[in-house]
Amino acid sequence: MREIHVDDIVSVVERLFIDANIHLPEMMYGAIRDAIEKERSPVGKEVLRELLTNADTAREERMPICQDTGLAVTFLEIGQDAHVVGGDLTEAVAEGVRRAYRNGYLRKSCCHPFTRKNTGDNTPPIIHTKIVPGDGMRITVLPKGGGSENYGEVRMLMPAEGKEGVRAFVLEMVRKGGPNPCPPIIVGVGIGGNFETSALLSKEALMVPVGKRSDDGELADMERGLLEEINATGIGPQGYGGTVTALDVHIKMAPCHLASLPVAVNIQCHAHRIREAIL
Amino acid sequence: MTTELKRITTPLADDVTGSLRAGEKVLLSGFIYTARDAAHKRFIETLDAGGELPFDIKGQVIYYCGPAPAPPGKVMGSCGPTTSSRMDVYAPRLISLGLKGMIGKGKRSEKVRDALREHRAVYLGATGGAGALIARTVVAAEVIAYEDLGPEAVMRLEVKDMPLFVINDVHGKDLYLEGVESYRK
Repeated sequence: MREIHVDDIVSVVERLFIDANIHLPEMMYGAIRDAIEKERSPVGKEVLRELLTNADTAREERMPICQDTGLAVTFLEIGQDAHVVGGDLTEAVAEGVRRAYRNGYLRKSCCHPFTRKNTGDNTPPIIHTKIVPGDGMRITVLPKGGGSENYGEVRMLMPAEGKEGVRAFVLEMVRKGGPNPCPPIIVGVGIGGNFETSALLSKEALMVPVGKRSDDGELADMERGLLEEINATGIGPQGYGGTVTALDVHIKMAPCHLASLPVAVNIQCHAHRIREAIL
Repeated sequence: MTTELKRITTPLADDVTGSLRAGEKVLLSGFIYTARDAAHKRFIETLDAGGELPFDIKGQVIYYCGPAPAPPGKVMGSCGPTTSSRMDVYAPRLISLGLKGMIGKGKRSEKVRDALREHRAVYLGATGGAGALIARTVVAAEVIAYEDLGPEAVMRLEVKDMPLFVINDVHGKDLYLEGVESYRK
């Protein structure tokens, strides 16, 4: 048994959210540089160059890459031999978020669904927990903007629709989003489980590094095929037309009910902000 | 881009909007006004009640944007565009009152596109997610209305060479349709 104090969780969550929002990951710099090489549209290339300049500017000025600093999505992988002490774990994450969005001058984008009144401090965060072997805690933050999140969907396909149904659904969602989710996008696909696990799998798929293929050969082939088809839609950077609409497609899959084929598509914008730390 | 960039200044005159072509990059300078969902709702409620908008809209440009707070010592926080389609229900009325330009991202409705043609107004695209880059082009910023809306308050921004792409011009051309058509396989 190892003890993890909530004060450490608060400070790590604060640091991760500020860092994630200001510093575009090196992986994304690389992905955008590659995209500039591949893009055939001059307007598309110009947009992609703006994204690199923007990321540099954000670093230099210490301000967020994108003003939509998102809802505070937080994944906690908690070792089964870890013991959280000193307070409430959920509140510790919320306090870290509160401090990050205040001290990091990040936009508070959380509101009441009907009145639209802002909660004022970007809480509550969206927290996903997983119990894993070990005595540590891995905290991953994924501040997620509304523009890309709005083009996600869970659909219960007929099992007979199979792989072709999944393919058609993903392409439908990408076309429906068009310019709105800020292409070039990253597409997360969750297949199987039940209604809610498919959605979570699609979010976890977004956390797979850009360029990494699924370990499952069949899924890796689907990822390659979908990426090619998405880039053939012509949507391009910002939807102004071009050959790079998506930077990558990731698929995660789990067994499902005999009667079901749940599929979720979650779209991420080019401002893919992700950071993790291990306590 | 190989072509020389065109510079335009607000307020926009009809000959300026008429000279813009879908797909070209322009650098915008002058005053623009931020407004998004909640502010637009209030604009329309105010007009319905016979009131006046918080600024004279003739020839002006509205930027669909809810900025991040300005860090200490900065004029402006990160301020990229939000998705314009949510303002489609309000835009034709504002265009008919003299609004000459809107800056945002994403497709507009047919009604908005029709209003652009009819009233010689344009829809300009700022690069979504390029909030820091755009913030650097803002030389002055002040909240002029609806402060209670927080990031959705109406701000008057003075911009210098804000980089934009013409999406819908007054001639009915649409970069989203034509650009995508050119690269579809």
